[in-house]
Parts: sequence; structure tokens; C-alpha cells
Amino acid sequence: MTGVRVAGVGLTHFGRHPERTGRDLFGEAALTAREESGVPPEDIESINYGNFMGALAERQGHQAPLMAEMAGLQCPATRYEEACASAGVAVREAVRTVRSGEADVMLAGGCERMTNLSTADVTEGLATAADELYEIRAGMTFPGAYALMERAYFEGFGGSREDLAHIAVKNHDNALPNEYAQFHRAITVDEVLDAPMVSDPVGLLDACPVTDGASALVLVSDEYAEAEGLDAPVSITGSGQGGDNLALHDREHLAVTPATERAAAEAYDDAGCSADDVDVVEVHDCFTIAEVLAVEGLGFYENGDGVGAARRGETTATGELPVNLSGGLKAKGHPVGATGGSQIAEMTRLLRGDHPNSDYVEDATLGVTHNAGGTVASAVVHVLEVDR
Amino acid sequence: MTDAGYDEWLDAVGDGEGYYLECPNGHGSLPPRRVCPHCGSTELDHTDLSATGTIETFTICYVGGPDFTDEEPYATAIADFGNVRLTGVVRGSDPENVTVGMPVEAGVGTNRTTDEDLLILRVR
Repeated sequence: MTGVRVAGVGLTHFGRHPERTGRDLFGEAALTAREESGVPPEDIESINYGNFMGALAERQGHQAPLMAEMAGLQCPATRYEEACASAGVAVREAVRTVRSGEADVMLAGGCERMTNLSTADVTEGLATAADELYEIRAGMTFPGAYALMERAYFEGFGGSREDLAHIAVKNHDNALPNEYAQFHRAITVDEVLDAPMVSDPVGLLDACPVTDGASALVLVSDEYAEAEGLDAPVSITGSGQGGDNLALHDREHLAVTPATERAAAEAYDDAGCSADDVDVVEVHDCFTIAEVLAVEGLGFYENGDGVGAARRGETTATGELPVNLSGGLKAKGHPVGATGGSQIAEMTRLLRGDHPNSDYVEDATLGVTHNAGGTVASAVVHVLEVDR
Repeated sequence: MTDAGYDEWLDAVGDGEGYYLECPNGHGSLPPRRVCPHCGSTELDHTDLSATGTIETFTICYVGGPDFTDEEPYATAIADFGNVRLTGVVRGSDPENVTVGMPVEAGVGTNRTTDEDLLILRVR
């Protein structure tokens, strides 16, 4: 089985782009990734494209062939939808395709346009990641779902909103030098605690923003990279995906995410590593509590211990295990269908040494990305390693 | 919009004859189902829903979707009914007074924005 290398990455700025369409955003990301890779367009065999709510937000279904057009490619293109993990599964399936020998070169990524919707409409659109009969009809929103998990976490394991506020502060700090990030503003613990409530106990500054943006990766086989003499030091060496019941109330525990545990176990096994080997990680922190659920699900902390990790300085940029050096979804932004690809692009830059925060992990050899769908009814984990 | 299985279940809850689906392994779930979502068993029997549940977690939602604008702020909770949990809008209490551990009973109310039936958890 061949290895899979990241030959090029492309990101748009994450933020508000009222004058641009999704197709324009993805076109920019794809062209950037293509140019960085140095791969001729005719060698790209297929596109895996992630998108969640384009049919609602832009009245545009059947986006994949459109995105191939915008990327200047005439090849098969398929949309992958797994809520906020859409790009994660798009990349995972591209990795599997290259490994299988079916293709040597794939383009994978995703896009979402969200800020053109009203708050109520974007709330409704995101809520469709929950169970329509049992949850949406009961007034569950996306922040509301995580609020239910947060309160269940506090009840079951302890922790406080102040602990979580340190996660928001950390991720805003990390985003400061990141040119692609939506927010370039440091915040304080008090600001997080004093922010208006969205869905108690989730406050406005516990939540990721509404974001437009796109991500793209050119993935190639080891053989192709060698034959073409590509400079592609980062490989995706592990991939895993896990699932769970869609409705929160059907889960055994409301503040534990077995889908992440399953995805991580598969990805670690695939790469031949363990949680102890991980130097740096990008996790799906759509809300501050989500980062806690992620670092516990990934095996870095026991249940109940992850909530204080940022406050103790363990997951800050200078900590033992930096989490979300990109700024995370919280501060870098969360264009839902693009996020999973963006995490891998950021991790690639961190490991290659050309990310503004690479100095914090200059000796890192192994990074992990974690992309979750909905209330973690789905999760995708990737292991990335760099030649040193 | 009608939803076979779900509508009948909601009507039953509204009539005070709530039930859930139970498989031979003792897992509980809500209709419509053809298989148990926990073990895949196809043998699902109707079992009476406990008259009282307990709020396990809740949120006070200040920003809802378009279907809930006339409800804001409202409390949505997950309540433990023994072998099955229900997610519903809490009624019979100000959202600010809802607590974990609060006893509730399942019922049917009207969504003030859409006039559609919805599952409610009424504070006892």
C-alpha cells in the first residue's frame, strides 16, 4: 500500500465575504493548492469536495462539478456531506483512494458560505445536523446541543465555565498571527464569562463564529511524489472514522464522544502510533466544551481532566501539547464544509515549518487532526507525520 | 407534514398513553424504528412510558431558529425516563428556574411560532 503525501495546500481567508460566492472561494483555495503542489492539472484524477448546507445557503445543489470547473479541472468530482465533518470525510476518502492504487493524485477539500444568511436562518441550517424529529422539533439548535453536553459534563465530571473560558482565550491568542483567521483579537477570561448567553451555559464567546471560507489539498502517492521530484515532506499516515447515534438522548453518556474514540483508535492503529506520540493537535472546537470532549476522546486526558487543560497551560502554544495553534474553529472560523480540510492544511504548515506558529512546535514530527459532525455523531481523525 | 410512527407516538403521549420501544436486550428507543438503534434487534415491543422523568441536562435557548422565535427564551431539556430519554421543550416553569434533577412528565404542546404539536416536558 502506498503512502499519501500532502503536495500542496490552499486556504482562503476565513471570515465574512459578502461579495463572494462559494464557487469563487473554493476556486481560490483549489488554485492555491494546485500552484503550491506544482502538479499539472491533467494529473489530478478526481475531486472530493465537502459541503454541508450549500443547498440552503446558496440554493446550489450538485456543487462538486461546479467546483471542478472553478478549479480549472475536468475530472470526476463528488460532494461529501457529513455535517461539520464534510471535508474530513472528503479527505479521508481521497486518502483511501490513493492508498488503494486507484489514483495517484487527488484534490480534496471543501467550502461553506454562511454569513449571507440571517442569524435565525443559519441557526436553522446548522440545526439540521441534529435529529429532525426528536431534537430540532424540540427547539434544539447547534449551540443548544453543545450547551446540553456542557451541562451534562459539569454534572458528571465537574469543571466550570471559567475553565472553558481559558480555551477561548488560548485559541484567540493562537489566531493572532494566522493570516487566514477570522479573528485577530485577543480576549480575556472575564470577557468570555460576561458575553451574552446564546444558549445557557454556552455564551457568545464560547462559540465559533459564522464563517465563509474554503480549503483544498493536493494529495499524491509516494511514488508520484518521488517520480515528479515533489517537495512534499508531510504524509497522512493514519485515518479513522467513527459514528454514533444521531440524537444526543440515545447516547449512553451525554458528555462522552465514542465516535471520536473510535476514529482515533482506528487512525492511531493505522499510523502505528498512540496518543502519547502526538506532538501537536488541531481539534474540532466549535464550542469551548467541544475542545474538552475532543482532547478526552482522542486519549490525551481522562474524562473530567480535559476541562482544565488550557487553564493549567498544558494545551497553550507553549504547553506540552499545543491544541489548535491555528486558532481553532473558535477563532480561525468554521465554514462548516471546509473545516476538516483546513485543519489538515494548517497541520501541514505547522509540521513543514511555514506556519506563523511553527516555532512553538519546531521539533514536532507527528500531528493529529480531529473533525466532528453535529454533536459528534460522526468524527474523522487523521495522523500527519513530517520527514525530519 | 405527517410522519408515520412519530405522529402516532406523539398523539399517544398527548393522550397520556405514552410508550417507547423496547428490544429483548432491554434497550429503549422512540418510534419510528424498524431496529433497535443500540443492538440492531428487530424485535421491538411497545412498553409503557414512565409517568415521570427527571431532567438530566438542559439549556436556556436565547437564539432559536425561525420556528422558535416566539418561544425565546425557552428551555430545552433531555429527561431520563428510565429505559429511554426524551428531548423536549420545558413548560410549567420559567426557563431560569429549571434545574437538573427536576421531575417532569411528557406531554404535547403547541409551538407558539408554527402552531405545530411538539413534545413538552411539563414540570411536576
